[in-house]
Amino acid sequence: MATQAQTIVILGAGQAGASVATRLRENGHVGRIVLIGDETDPPYQRPPLSKKYMTGEMECERLYLKPAEAYAAIGVELITGCRALAIDRVTQQVELTGHEVPLGYDQLVLTTGARPRALPEALVNGFDNILCFREMADANRLRALMAPGRRMLVLGGGYIGLETAAVARGQGLDVTIAEQGERILGRVACAETADHFRNLHQGNGVRILENTRLERFEGKDGVAERAIFADGRAIDIDLVVVGIGILPNQDLADAAGIDCDQGILVDEMCRTSDPRIHAAGDCARFPFQGQPTRLESVQNAIAQAEHLADSLTGRCVQGYAPVPWFWSDQYQCKLQIAGLSRGYTHIVQRSGGRPGAVSIWYFDDSGLIAVDAINDARAFMLAKRWLEQPRRPAQEMLGDPLWDPKTF
Amino acid sequence: MVTITYVEPDGTERTVDVAEGRSVMEGAVSNGIRGIVAECGGACSCATCHAYINAEWLDAVGPAEGDEADMIEFALDPRPNSRLTCQIEVHSGLEGLRLEIPAEQA
Ligand SMILES: Cc1cc2nc3c(=O)[nH]c(=O)nc-3n(C[C@H](O)[C@H](O)[C@H](O)COP(=O)(O)OP(=O)(O)OC[C@H]3O[C@@H](n4cnc5c(N)ncnc54)[C@H](O)[C@@H]3O)c2cc1C
Ligand code: FES
Repeated sequence: MATQAQTIVILGAGQAGASVATRLRENGHVGRIVLIGDETDPPYQRPPLSKKYMTGEMECERLYLKPAEAYAAIGVELITGCRALAIDRVTQQVELTGHEVPLGYDQLVLTTGARPRALPEALVNGFDNILCFREMADANRLRALMAPGRRMLVLGGGYIGLETAAVARGQGLDVTIAEQGERILGRVACAETADHFRNLHQGNGVRILENTRLERFEGKDGVAERAIFADGRAIDIDLVVVGIGILPNQDLADAAGIDCDQGILVDEMCRTSDPRIHAAGDCARFPFQGQPTRLESVQNAIAQAEHLADSLTGRCVQGYAPVPWFWSDQYQCKLQIAGLSRGYTHIVQRSGGRPGAVSIWYFDDSGLIAVDAINDARAFMLAKRWLEQPRRPAQEMLGDPLWDPKTF
Repeated sequence: MVTITYVEPDGTERTVDVAEGRSVMEGAVSNGIRGIVAECGGACSCATCHAYINAEWLDAVGPAEGDEADMIEFALDPRPNSRLTCQIEVHSGLEGLRLEIPAEQA
């Protein structure tokens, strides 16, 4: 726990970093709070980057979690464009770019997020029309390259790849998605949900190649012009977006000797193996439902960050045990996910009240664990409520089309 | 700019100016109004920007429809004057708007 006068330094000014800083002040922490981020913008929301920001419906300032001035107003020293290079746990200092003197801390918070998994250098081969997608700067580059009629290849059929494909189609690009796994959404959803999104994209004119591994690009003058796949297939391309997963930013922690394993390891109070260092958000791996787990979502970035701040200010006694949730917008379709479908053994599908509304319910031996609600906000809201408590409807109920969830 | 009064969950009244074209949710978040969480940032996906519109403003603001109505139906403590504030665009006709923020969101 932090005493009132302690200096708390937060590394990583994204969704989680901003939430920690704000919550610490709301909880009455009076000591110094320094929030350090290597991007030039103040903390902003990433989800619109592959949605309304890319379509131009939402300008940059509207993505900011709060106006840049608002940090100073609550006494948070926000330093942007500054990268933390090393943590010295003995002297309790952080080395920063552009600062000759290291910054001392009493408590250190790591909210460094994650970075896109890159294609092997041998594949990228210096071609600069191959883009990864995480930051506002990436979205700006991509926006500049998107023009009607251009041919875009999306590598990876996860949510970011699918959303990017949907936006690009909306702008009149010719889009192909190549997924090397057996099917799209293989890591995050069941085959029925994947079928729905495959149909949706194909219906909108996107070509989807599953079970298809990229072998190499051909091109010249730093521009990739053709993608050649392992099965011999080849397609002409103008730009490539790589959405093949993300890796937690744990290097700083790792180099400082803090326990890391596919994320910075924390306990249910967000503490790392060093009692003065804490972590939350995309970079943190925490015990959830009996397994070390890393969640990649706004819900987790906010809730775990707030839990961290509450625990630092002595406000919480219970461990972090969220009901994860997530959303994805593609074309006119709204997907909302509640719970975590990991380890499910069976599913049940229900149609919702409105045309096109369908929900897919996941169960394991313990009962209901998650739902994918497609154009079915009611199912999502109900599931969220149910997953917050131990008493949940049985599979037979949800499997019966005549059963009225309101009666539960 | 349009003047909006937000009544925070503890009863504190905050009157602020919000730019036309922004949402009532964005007006709250950028002014640090407590109780509007807005986890999804306005995507009508989280229902954590729920508020009650004062009776005299109901006609000007209009009722929730579609997804928004579905979300509200199963939100905490929905009322006939419930709206998700990210779905209300600020315009000059809302000058003086007043709304109350519930104690709990989602
Ligand atoms: C295009 C896109 C769409 C998404 N859509 C959705 C969605 O629809 N729904 C959803 O729930 N989630 C979505 N996500 C995921 C969501 O945005 C993340 O889960 C969330 O941003 C995680 O917050 P965070 O604070 O942990 O990490 P981040 O937001 O990544 O913030 C970490 C920050 O730390 C900085 N940093 C890292 N190392 C250092 C260092 N050494 N020194 C200084 N600064 C450093 C990084 O540059 C970054 O600014 C999306 C993500 C992307 C990229
Ligand atoms: S901000 Fe999420 S529904 Fe309004």
